[in-house]
Amino acid sequence: MTRWAMVADLRRCVGCQTCTAACKHANATPPGVQWRRVLDIEIGNFPDVKRAFVPVGCQHCEDPPCMTVCPTKATKKRADGIVTIDYDLCIGCAYCAVACPYQARYKTERATFAYGKAAAHEAKRHDPDRLAVATKCTFCVDRIDAGLAAGQQPGVDPEATPACVNACIAQALTFGDLDDPSSNVSKLLEMNEHFRMHEELRTGPGFYYLWDRSEETGGVPALKRLVEEAMDLA
Amino acid sequence: MSYGPTPWVQRHWDLRAAANFAAGGAGSGLIVVAALSGARDAPAAVALLAGLALVAVGLFAVWLEIGRPLRALNVFFNPRTSWMSREAIAAVVLGVFVLRAAWLHATDSPGAVATGAAAALAALVFVGCQGMILRAAKGIPAWRSSATPWLIVATSLAEGAGLWWIAAAAHAQGTRTGLALFGALLCVRLFAWLAWRRSIARNARASAAMAPAGTALSVLGTALPLVLAGVAAISTSPAVVLGLAGTAGALAFGTGIAFKIALVVRGAFNQGFAIPHMPVRGKRA
Repeated sequence: MTRWAMVADLRRCVGCQTCTAACKHANATPPGVQWRRVLDIEIGNFPDVKRAFVPVGCQHCEDPPCMTVCPTKATKKRADGIVTIDYDLCIGCAYCAVACPYQARYKTERATFAYGKAAAHEAKRHDPDRLAVATKCTFCVDRIDAGLAAGQQPGVDPEATPACVNACIAQALTFGDLDDPSSNVSKLLEMNEHFRMHEELRTGPGFYYLWDRSEETGGVPALKRLVEEAMDLA
Repeated sequence: MSYGPTPWVQRHWDLRAAANFAAGGAGSGLIVVAALSGARDAPAAVALLAGLALVAVGLFAVWLEIGRPLRALNVFFNPRTSWMSREAIAAVVLGVFVLRAAWLHATDSPGAVATGAAAALAALVFVGCQGMILRAAKGIPAWRSSATPWLIVATSLAEGAGLWWIAAAAHAQGTRTGLALFGALLCVRLFAWLAWRRSIARNARASAAMAPAGTALSVLGTALPLVLAGVAAISTSPAVVLGLAGTAGALAFGTGIAFKIALVVRGAFNQGFAIPHMPVRGKRA
């Protein structure tokens, strides 16, 4: 089986919003709609202040509340874990939007453009099917499917990888197959301490956040172990 | 609009959605109370039809809110897991039973009471679905409380009883048993409100936002109507009885409606964002 997932390394993210811009470019989302956005979280009081940049968006949950509540079956979850919306079925009731604990869903009532009137590129990519219905991050599912069809590996080959991951200047975002123990995301999760947002709601997000190297498997000890394994192989 | 990390009030559902909970709930409550009151013939038919009309108004309001109204029938596609689909199906069943019961009552035909009871059951299911719609909205902590469905059902019944007494006062009808039932429903609503308030106590934003509507529900919608109903119960003047009961009904109805509107458009803070660990750059603290 395959379970596509995303990993965000909070130690690496610098909050540049390049992923947000790349997502908007790849998916032609209208103003105000950010399927991938980056929060700027600051805690504490001067001089003991900490700051984190947190990429958020659809978490492609294992048990997506948006899918359960959808009255039209427009929201579905694929076998590979990607949660999709059928724009032809959606009635735009926004029940999914209030059911999502990650505020990942949008509904745009009418066509809007950056400077009022549609620029040439906006007019070309405007999709009326996405008006007045729920929209959200798709993990760039079209890129994944096309890449797989072309024999590419999502998360490794850029053409088959979500645009936000490709664009990240700090390699803070990683995409891959959670069910493959040798995948990039599986290795990152093994070597680092991680969490998922709002875990207590038991939605099973497919979006992981790294916050420190693992005491047991990450950093220098892990490097030492890898060297030892290599020596053994040699 | 702020994009967090602190929660903000959802903007996906506005007054139109709130109108569905308000009108649909009150209408369902009226249908249930009409059945419980034992009313027959024309008064029962009128009450049932008025309740159904309110339900229809609520559904029309929410139809105005959906983005693709011409696809509205798709709402029936997912009764297996969606309470919104179930609500839609319950509305159809409710409509059939109410129309049938109203016809039987209006023509003084046998089976009117039994069909009215079936309509009342359908109304309870309908308003229960409304409560579960909110309960299933995981993104809104104040809605997903396990106490929410009970509160929605309880306040809808109290609002229905309030409407019943407004109509009773207008038509110079009503019984002391009916007043007792009204008082009991008000008490049930008060307990449901207290339980719900306790369940969301840790959610400071929602608690604060709902406090005015909750206070109004407790004082103007419960305590004062109970006093008025109590005075009406011991009064010997029919005009005083009906005047007090009608006023109590209006208060119970109005505060319930205001509370549900507040629940949808004021107290609906979303989950916001939270991270249990800050990134460690350098050594872990």
